[in-house]
Amino acid sequence: MADIGEPKVRAPEKVKKGELALIKTLIKHPMESGLRKDAATGETVPAHYIESVTAEYGGAMVVKASWTGAVSKNPFFSFYVKADKPGPVTVTWKDNKGQEWKEKVELKVE
Amino acid sequence: MSIHSETTLTRRSFLVAVGATGVACAAIGVVGMPSLAEAAEAAVNMDEIIAKELGAGTVALEKVKIDTPPKAENGALVRFPVSVDHPMEPDNYIAAIAIFVDDNPKPLVGKFEFTPASGKAEVEMRIKMAKASQVRAIAKTNKGKLYGAVMKIEVAEGGCAG
Repeated sequence: MADIGEPKVRAPEKVKKGELALIKTLIKHPMESGLRKDAATGETVPAHYIESVTAEYGGAMVVKASWTGAVSKNPFFSFYVKADKPGPVTVTWKDNKGQEWKEKVELKVE
Repeated sequence: MSIHSETTLTRRSFLVAVGATGVACAAIGVVGMPSLAEAAEAAVNMDEIIAKELGAGTVALEKVKIDTPPKAENGALVRFPVSVDHPMEPDNYIAAIAIFVDDNPKPLVGKFEFTPASGKAEVEMRIKMAKASQVRAIAKTNKGKLYGAVMKIEVAEGGCAG
C-alpha cells in the first residue's frame, strides 16, 4: 500500500494571543474497517485503520481522537487550540498495525 | 450523463482536494452488509453503547450541533462537523465527544477527548455510512453531565449500491 502517510498539519498564518486557532490535518490511509469483503475474491479485507490521533501544544495535550474504521479513507480532521503562546502544535497518528506518523506546525501568536 | 457533468466535476475536484484519490465506491463497501450476528448486535440499545463510551446518564438534547446536510451524496465520505456551545474553563469544560451512526455494523465512529487548552470543543471529520441512519454526537462535561444532538442523514443512491 503505497498510498499511506504524507501527514499534513495547517494553522492560520498568524493568530492573536488568546484567540482560537483552527488546526486542519490530513493523512493518507486506507482506513479499512475489517468488515469489507473484497468484491473479486469474497474474502474479508483485514482491518487497517488509524486508531488514535493526538495533538499537543506547548507540551500539553489539547485533543485526543480515538477512531474506528468508520472514519473515511484519507482522513481529514480539524480541531481548535487556544493560542496563548507561540510554539508548535504536534500531531501524532497511530494505526492498528503499530505504524506512527508525526507532523507539526508552528503557531505564530502576536 | 452530460446534464450531471458539472456536478460530477465539482465533486471530483473536492475529492481530489481532500486527498481521497481512490475510488469512492471502494470505500463505501467497507461497512458492507452486516452478518446476522452483527445485525442482532446493532439492535442493541444505543443507550448501552453510549454509556460504555461516556458513562450512563440522561442526555440533554441541547448545546451540541451537527452541522451537516440531512442528505449525503456519498456514504463513503459524509462531512461531519460537531461543535458544543459550552465554556472550556479549568473547572467547567467539555471533556469528551463521541459520535455514533446507529445503523452502521459498529455504531461507534470515534471519541474525542479535550482539555481546557483546546479552547473550543469542536471537531470535523468525514465518516462512512452504510445506509441512511440516525446519527448522534454526545458530549460529556468534566463533571459527567451529558449533552447531545441527534439527526437523520439520508445517503443518496449512486454508483456504489450493490
